[in-house]
Parts: sequence; structure tokens; C-alpha cells
Amino acid sequence: MNWTWFHRLGSPPSFYRFAERLAPWLGVAALLLLAYAWYGGLVLAPADYQQKDAFRVIYVHVPAAAVSLSLYVLMAVAGAVALIWRMKLAECVMIASAPVGASFTALALLTGMLWGKPMWGAYWVWDARLTSELVLLFLYLGVIGLHAAFEDARAAARACALLAIVGLVNVPIVHFSVEWWNSLHQGSTILKFGKPAISADMARPLYAGLLGTYLLCAYAILRRTQNELLLRERGTRWVREQLAAAAGNRDGGAHVS
Amino acid sequence: MSAFVAIFARELKLAARARAEWLMPPLFFVIVVTLFGFGARPNDPQLAAFAPAVLWVGALLAALLSLERLYRADQEDGTLEQLLVSGTSLSFAVFVKSLAHWLLSGLPIVLLAAPLAAMLGLPAAALGPLVLGLALGTPCLSFIGGFVAALTVGLPRGGALLPVLVLPLIVPVIIFGAGAVRAAQQGLDAGAPLYFLAAILTLTLTVLPWLAAAALRNAFE
Repeated sequence: MNWTWFHRLGSPPSFYRFAERLAPWLGVAALLLLAYAWYGGLVLAPADYQQKDAFRVIYVHVPAAAVSLSLYVLMAVAGAVALIWRMKLAECVMIASAPVGASFTALALLTGMLWGKPMWGAYWVWDARLTSELVLLFLYLGVIGLHAAFEDARAAARACALLAIVGLVNVPIVHFSVEWWNSLHQGSTILKFGKPAISADMARPLYAGLLGTYLLCAYAILRRTQNELLLRERGTRWVREQLAAAAGNRDGGAHVS
Repeated sequence: MSAFVAIFARELKLAARARAEWLMPPLFFVIVVTLFGFGARPNDPQLAAFAPAVLWVGALLAALLSLERLYRADQEDGTLEQLLVSGTSLSFAVFVKSLAHWLLSGLPIVLLAAPLAAMLGLPAAALGPLVLGLALGTPCLSFIGGFVAALTVGLPRGGALLPVLVLPLIVPVIIFGAGAVRAAQQGLDAGAPLYFLAAILTLTLTVLPWLAAAALRNAFE
């Protein structure tokens, strides 16, 4: 099998065009899946025998929490790639995933608080899962803040990569916190081996929501990476051609030169 | 070995000549802790319950004070560049500098903690885990803080950024450090959190000097 297409993806112009073609599909798929997940979760799924309708927070909370961890791993792995192979594209992917991850971490925390009030009687409890997720948010914000403090984009990316890699220690702590410590937070219900602890008509919208949220993140990161690439390579010919083509399209091709 | 002695002696000599800089963190620690005493009702028995958190947060904040200077002064006068081209392993130099930082700002805090804990009304049984925990935890602060100081060394606004980056990374240290004191306060065995602290210390001692050296090289590219 010929693998040159894979190498070519590492160069900014090819990646830009690749993302340009892929992103709309991801966006539409994410929209459809999320529409089904939310309709299915908020309307079609039966109410929980114990938590009644309050359990429906799960359709936003669980995908957001899952994505918050995955994106941190993505950010650290992209950072490691950027440090080891000095790939400009990996630096852009790393920087692009930080704000997306931070938003979903904040969303997971907020929905978790709203879910905690009716179930536990408190918006916030200081246990391992909640605290480590909060630290995750601080780590994301630290990476964003550090990146903003540098003037040179490449030095900024490498410094952020180092910080992201150190913060990676926190990811297994968040993931296993409900098993390692006695926590008020419930354990995993859907990712158990064997029979899941959730009935199928509740689970289906949840799986769709998970997949849809991942696709939405992929869409957002691709678009942010494209922007970052345009910004960094603004002096190069391919960016000028790209922008000229975009301007030409907008004016109905009136003055393509 | 000669590099170790040279770098270590240099740090101590610099500290001896700028005494105010190294006297500030312990003094800051004493003031922060006593401020809690002033803020509470006189002789409030509740104060002992909060003593572990107060002492540990005070120690962390005091360690933050001197971190920014760790590489900044060396970068300004060119010492850091000399280290980079000297042929000595940069991670080793980072290790020695962080060790000296602990000796000058961490150790005084460990020694001051016991009398301050007595002032807050901490029971005698909890003093051992407190001092032992600080002895294990303050080097973690010097090494984690040293890594972040290396990340932010060339930045104009590094001073404001440093605490924001350090504090999330030292959350485990404060959880297990204060946890050990609380366990002893309640008559439980403080062993488990202290072993956790020792594990964190081992990890920071072995991994962070390399990452800090990479961060310093990045600042000079």
C-alpha cells in the first residue's frame, strides 16, 4: 500500500485542503447525531425509576466529560509529537484542542453541578472526581494562558507541549477516581465489559450523543487548526492563493486573477 | 561532582549576599499563618481543625515567592547561557539549583511549621506527620515550581503567570500533605498519605529536571 498521502498530510497546505474537504461532513454528521441524541434523550427515553427526569442531564454531561479527558490526551500527544518531530501541524493541533477541551470541561462541571443539586443535595462536593476534573480545567486554562504569553509561536507551542505532558498525570486520576476513592459520584454505567448497566432505550441516544460530541470536537479542532495554519503561514504563497480563491468565490468569481 | 559543588556553592553565596530575598519566604509564611489567627475569634478551637490547610497553603504561597527569581536573575546576567554552553548536563544543573532553592526556602518553612502549628492549637500527635509531610512536600514544590519557572523564564509577564500554572500542579501535594495531618489529628495512621507524598517526590525528582532543562533550552532557541 502506498503511504505517501499520509506524509503529505503533515504539510500545512495539504492538511488545509484535506480539512476543508472533511470538516463539512463531520459537522453535518455531528449535527444529525446530536439532534437524535437530544430528542431521543429528552423525549423518547423513559424516565429513570429513581432519578425521574433529572437523569436526562446524562445526555450532555457524560459526552462532555468523556471528551474533556480525550481532548487532553490528544493535546498532550500532539504536544509530544511537536516536541519530538518538530511538526508545525502538531503544534497547531495542540493549540487548537486546548480551548475546545476547556469548554467541554467547563460544560461537564456545570452540568454535573446542576445534576448534583437534585441528586446529592449539593451543587458541589469536594471529592476526587469533581476536584480532579476542576484541576483539569485549570490545566487547560494554564496551557491557553501560557500560549498567550509568548510572542514567538513556535516557542509558545513547545512550552505548552511540556506543560501539557506534565499535566497528563491528572488524566488517569480523573478517570479512575471513582474506583480508587470512595466517591459520591457514581461509577461508569455504559463502558462496562459485558452487559451495560443501562437499558437499551436509554443507552442508544447516549451512544449517539457520545459519537456526535466527538465528531463535533473533531470538526471544531479541524477548523481551529485551519485558522491557526492560516495565521502562522500568512506570509506564504499558498495562504495568499487560498485567500484569493475564497475572496473570488464570495464575489461570484468576478475578479479571480 | 565539581559541577555540583560549583553550582550549589554559587547559589548559597548569592543567597548570603542578598539576604532579604531569602528571609522573605519564611517571614511571609509566619505572617500568613498568624493572620488566620487574627482573623478567627481569639482562641477559637475551630482553628486547630483548619490548621493543616492553613499551614500547607501558607507553605505553598511562601515557596511561590522566591520561585520567579530562580532562573530570571541567571537569565538576565547571562549565567544561564554560560550553563547551556558549558558542557555540563543542563538537567543536572537544574536539579542542583532546585535543590538549593529547597534548602534556602523550603527547609526554613519545615523548621518553622512546628511552632506555628502549636500556636494554632494542633495536637502534639499531629506535629510529626506535619513536619515529615512538609519535609517531603516542600521539595516537590521546589521542583514543580522550578519546572514552571523554566517555562516562563523569558516572558515579560511571567511573574503573574507562574502561580496560575504552579498551583494546579501541586494540588496532589496539598491533598496528601494536609491529609496526613488530618489523619493524625483524628488518631488515625498517617502512613498512607505520607507514602503518597514520598511517591510524588520521587516522581518529581526524577522526571521534572529533564523537562525543566527542555523548557530552558526552548527559551533560548
